[in-house]
Amino acid sequence: MLNSTGVPDKDQVVSRFFDEKILSSYKAIIECYEDIPCNPCATSCPVSAITIAPDIHAQPVVDPSVCTGCSICVTSCPGLAIMLATVMEDKARFKIPYEMNESFEKGTEVHAIDRSGEIIGVAKVLNVSNYPHQLKTRLITVEVDASLLHDFITIRGIQHG
Amino acid sequence: MIYTDVLIVGGGPSGLTAAKMCCEAGLSTIIVERSHILGGQLTKQTHKFFGSKDQYAKMRGIDIAVKLQEDIASFNTLTMMLETTVVGLYEDKVVTILQHNEYKKIKAKAIILATGASEKFLAFENNDLPQIVGAGALQTLVNLYQVIPGKSMVMIGSGNIGLIVSYQMLQAGIEVKKVIEATDRIGGYKVHASKLKRLGVDIQTRKTIKRAIGKDQLEAVEIVSIDENFKEIEGTSEIIETDLLCVSVGLSPLHQLASMMNCQTTYISELGGYVPLIDDYFQCSVPGVFACGDMVGIEEASSAMMEGYLAGLYTCNYLNQPHLEAESLISHYENQLYELRNGLFGRKTLRGIEKRKENLIHA
Repeated sequence: MLNSTGVPDKDQVVSRFFDEKILSSYKAIIECYEDIPCNPCATSCPVSAITIAPDIHAQPVVDPSVCTGCSICVTSCPGLAIMLATVMEDKARFKIPYEMNESFEKGTEVHAIDRSGEIIGVAKVLNVSNYPHQLKTRLITVEVDASLLHDFITIRGIQHG
Repeated sequence: MIYTDVLIVGGGPSGLTAAKMCCEAGLSTIIVERSHILGGQLTKQTHKFFGSKDQYAKMRGIDIAVKLQEDIASFNTLTMMLETTVVGLYEDKVVTILQHNEYKKIKAKAIILATGASEKFLAFENNDLPQIVGAGALQTLVNLYQVIPGKSMVMIGSGNIGLIVSYQMLQAGIEVKKVIEATDRIGGYKVHASKLKRLGVDIQTRKTIKRAIGKDQLEAVEIVSIDENFKEIEGTSEIIETDLLCVSVGLSPLHQLASMMNCQTTYISELGGYVPLIDDYFQCSVPGVFACGDMVGIEEASSAMMEGYLAGLYTCNYLNQPHLEAESLISHYENQLYELRNGLFGRKTLRGIEKRKENLIHA
């Protein structure tokens, strides 16, 4: 699927998540499924929670016991393949990278979108940051229903009300 | 006649990095660039780069272009000739240039060719209609000059350029209706494909364009499914209304200047077409002429920069004025290049480089 459509299989996605106990605080979820020569996630991590070994082509591995959920890797990844996720009871929260022109207001409700680009529910925008170190990739914090944990990937504005 | 130690043709990623090494070694250096700005393709690459710190990973291409120029801005031994074209190039290293309607001659002790590549195109009915463009032209219009040439677009080709440019057009507000790919597999990095898909863009494999439709300009395209032999499958025709079609089906090295001064060239499909044959030190068959970047084989800009540093360092060695840190820099950048190519995506390039070397020995 990934090779012909750009959509990873569900088990691929799930393999990159951690169980809900670990996700009681924000952890980096890295969806880098291909051996490409790239390492900014690992070199930008201030606590060395991400390993790329034995060489630069290896896929990154996150040690969730070390990851502090700081989000630096999220805006460092040139492939926009990293997000932070956490689960609290019936809600899941994400910090996602976003580079489109559409702007989102804190507190508004938007479409929750899955990896195929389909609308799967509602997401609430909790925060938008755009600090210089993010190099113009915005970091958007959103909340969705916990049932969407493995399906949610990005947001889209709700047009015409 | 203008005299210089080194003449560099092309002010893109490999030309600028080569210039840095030559300047640091104290060589007088001229960069000839046909555009009015330096940076080559980097000047329109608004996306963040892959690779490691040494290839300026996670910086955007447009910012790398600025950085590479800052690196050489302080050298008074460097002359930058913008809006200047090389029109003649001879084995005795006399070069004729055309600068602002004036012919001039430059005599160099060594020449570094870093001319980059040109886009390949596809043959199909009505492919000369206005609003059918290559990916490079589209990036120039939109990213460099902020001109939006259409409302919607179909992209042919799913290599990294096709995927990245599609993403950039979405950022510019152009609706990307489809990305099509003739083989059964997306050509570029899948993370780029996933970025498009989550924004609602369909990427379809085993599809090709049959014809463009329109009177005075593009109005629609007809795409069809193809089998494993790239033959049309009957009954799969689909008409997509669009006012923009982008063709991104690969690049060919710009080898012509090397050919002009009788450097041996050969066709190597893995490297994108005709390339000058070079030895392990980026030297062509004509002594003192070096070539680097996409001109000697199509790769990522990351590799072009590493090659530029190396070609610059080897040029200094050739002129018996080695860079003070030549030894450590050469091993560092050789190592970087080795690492970049040592994966799945580098295999084809490595095969091509092997052929480029073999051919030079036998020639």
